[in-house]
Amino acid sequence: MIQPPSVYEFQHNEERINRHTISVLVDNEPGVLARVIGLFSGRGYNIESLTVSEVDHAEHLSRITIVTSGTAMIVEQIKAQLDRLVPVHKVRDLTLEAVHIERELALIKIVSTGERRVEALRMADIFKARVVDATLESFVFEFTGTSAEQDDFASLMRPLGLVEIVRTGVVAIGRGTATL
Amino acid sequence: MTDSRQTGAEILIRALREQGVEVVFGYPGGAVLPIYDALYKQNELRHVLVRQEGGAVHSAEGYARSSGKVGVVLVTSGPGATNAVTGLTDALLDSIPIICLTGQVPTHLIGNDAFQEADTTGITRPCTKHNYLVKSPDDVARVVHEAFLVATTGRPGPVVIDLPKDVLQLEGTYTSKEGVQLKSYRPQVQGDRERIRQAVAMMAAAKKPILYTGGGVVNAGPRASELLRELVAETGFPITSTLMGLGCYPASGKNWLGMLGMHGTYEANLAMHGSDVMINIGARFDDRVTGRISGFAPGARKIHVDIDPSSINKNVRVDLPIVGDAASVLEDMLTIWREEGYGKKADREALASWWKQIDEWRGVNCLRYRKSDTIIKPQYALERLAHHIKPYGDDVYISTEVGQHQMWAAQFLPFNQPNRWMTSGGLGTMGYGLPAAIGAQMANPGKLCIDVAGEASILMNIQEMTTATQYRLPVKVFCLNNQWMGMVRQWQELLHGERYSESYSEALPDFVKLAEAYGWVGLRADSPSDLDGLIEEMIKTDRPVFADVRVDQKENCFPMIPSGRAHNEMLLGPEDQVENPITEEGMVLV
Ligand SMILES: Cc1ncc(C[n+]2csc(CCOP(=O)(O)OP(=O)(O)O)c2C)c(N)n1
Ligand SMILES: [Mg+2]
Repeated sequence: MIQPPSVYEFQHNEERINRHTISVLVDNEPGVLARVIGLFSGRGYNIESLTVSEVDHAEHLSRITIVTSGTAMIVEQIKAQLDRLVPVHKVRDLTLEAVHIERELALIKIVSTGERRVEALRMADIFKARVVDATLESFVFEFTGTSAEQDDFASLMRPLGLVEIVRTGVVAIGRGTATL
Repeated sequence: MTDSRQTGAEILIRALREQGVEVVFGYPGGAVLPIYDALYKQNELRHVLVRQEGGAVHSAEGYARSSGKVGVVLVTSGPGATNAVTGLTDALLDSIPIICLTGQVPTHLIGNDAFQEADTTGITRPCTKHNYLVKSPDDVARVVHEAFLVATTGRPGPVVIDLPKDVLQLEGTYTSKEGVQLKSYRPQVQGDRERIRQAVAMMAAAKKPILYTGGGVVNAGPRASELLRELVAETGFPITSTLMGLGCYPASGKNWLGMLGMHGTYEANLAMHGSDVMINIGARFDDRVTGRISGFAPGARKIHVDIDPSSINKNVRVDLPIVGDAASVLEDMLTIWREEGYGKKADREALASWWKQIDEWRGVNCLRYRKSDTIIKPQYALERLAHHIKPYGDDVYISTEVGQHQMWAAQFLPFNQPNRWMTSGGLGTMGYGLPAAIGAQMANPGKLCIDVAGEASILMNIQEMTTATQYRLPVKVFCLNNQWMGMVRQWQELLHGERYSESYSEALPDFVKLAEAYGWVGLRADSPSDLDGLIEEMIKTDRPVFADVRVDQKENCFPMIPSGRAHNEMLLGPEDQVENPITEEGMVLV
């Protein structure tokens, strides 16, 4: 178990609100997601994004990635509260503890014709988005990138006929050999 | 019958027995009939029939707190489970180990709005430490063993086990508690040795130290209280405690400053405010204790020992956190203190002048009140109660309801041992005291169990009087009847321009007649001269007694730190109210 930090270890600008990506390894059992979400709503913490899926079928383990924001003290609380839940195995603050990679996948539907349609395809090519469905008036692109890249890509696509978008939310993993 | 197949209900009872359970507080209903049937066929496990499920949980809490064991509750589905919610929340906030078995509609009906169906695991998720919905009779025993592990270890708390009726009726196999464990759950018992070393060094260098202890010391078991006493003796430090921690250090001890917080003593709160090193053991910087955070002990470097990492740096930022069990950390602290010879190296001179300052504060005599020959002052009633229970020594168990009487009981009754004091601290649940006294009496037959009550609170679980009658539990209700929801009235007087909206206890029953109707003995005292006789009579009667003590209607509870104020901004008595009107900011706080 990690020891909570002492006051000397808090950053100087303690009131600053920062974005943190937290990985949580949990037992894949009924209600576990409700526990995590209930914790956030009950204690008034932010959830910017939350993803969950089973990652180890034999061990019944799921991995949740939560993007949240708060002051250093609040984020410490969030982690301690998560760790306190009985089915939670591990809690890691990737933002603080590890150089890491974050990705989101989006499916983006474009409805347009003529020059806008051509331009949409060109932009998708630049961003390395894949066409996963096409009709004469529409495309569905699959696009993987960071949250910021997702925002950029979506705002470029908006004038080119973006009518619908769905994003997975952030998944994240540490770089190098270290694991959760 | 070791390996033969049994019904889920039989497995349940066997698992409870294996866990050492002797008493279950419960109330039957359709979904739990298989359990009641299994109970009927055995005679090892005793069932106490309460009169409302809320009473069952508070009784189990009283049982747990007065014995250090787990309190077990059994209720039916739907309304049985929802009635238990207040008690579960109470146990969560006060960290009391409770196992609550709830009936559930059969698995194939779950989600169908079946008769007496409630989403019990959904409803109780935020008010339990953990909860389970059992899907197969083969899982019953394992879940019970896991639940006991969760409820009793780390920071204790309530655990709900929701049991669908078919799971109770079908047959399955038993699992013994050996080898049951939870991979994801490992509370940290031992504190980080290096941090403890640092903490002890800080303590040795302190000029104005204060020990601030809480319910965590009670929960760590009697050994923790012994170690705490040793630490106080070795260091010579002053010590105060939260409402939850009373008794861990004896009220008769010379280093005792009394309780701290909103209605704590002048010396305890000022010693907190003026301290340079604060050692918090098993308390959680609750807002009732800290007052205004920005004004809380501004000059103190803070050490915080807690078994729950989420209690640390939650309200107050601390300098040195130590995650661990209070007994284990106290033991290490003592060892290091002795090894390092800090007893000699510490700044004795500074400590002496700190004590001189504290003695001046003690000299204010903050619990003084105006005595009267004609009217019973609630404080006087408690002083007399303290006098009369003194010969019984440690064999007295006190519970309370919620309100002024609760705070006065904390101020005026001396607690010299842990597990003698049962009060709803975190949730402040009116109606807690009578069922808690019943639970304490079940755990401590032959001992004196007294509920210090208010006339409004007692009505919230008054039906439990008949539980006491049925099981011949000679509990005492010592009701400080001021005919008001006194604590509400006090706030209305101080904060809301004396507009006493709905706080008068209108249409009170005649409590003496009520007592008699329930098969109790009813006594009444109207004037101070009645009091000693009433208390003697109450104590010597070997039956349940309701003592209706008619006290001053207008008395307020002091000292008081109004909401939004710091420890050094305490009101000492009625004369302080005018000089220190409560601020607007304070008014929005509870
Ligand atoms: C269940 C519940 N409802 C409301 C309150 C709010 N409350 C706190 S103290 C109090 C009045 C208690 O009156 P009484 O029991 O007569 O005690 P007194 O303060 O007069 O000693 C009330 C209503 C509470 N604590 N619990
Ligand atoms: Mg009253």
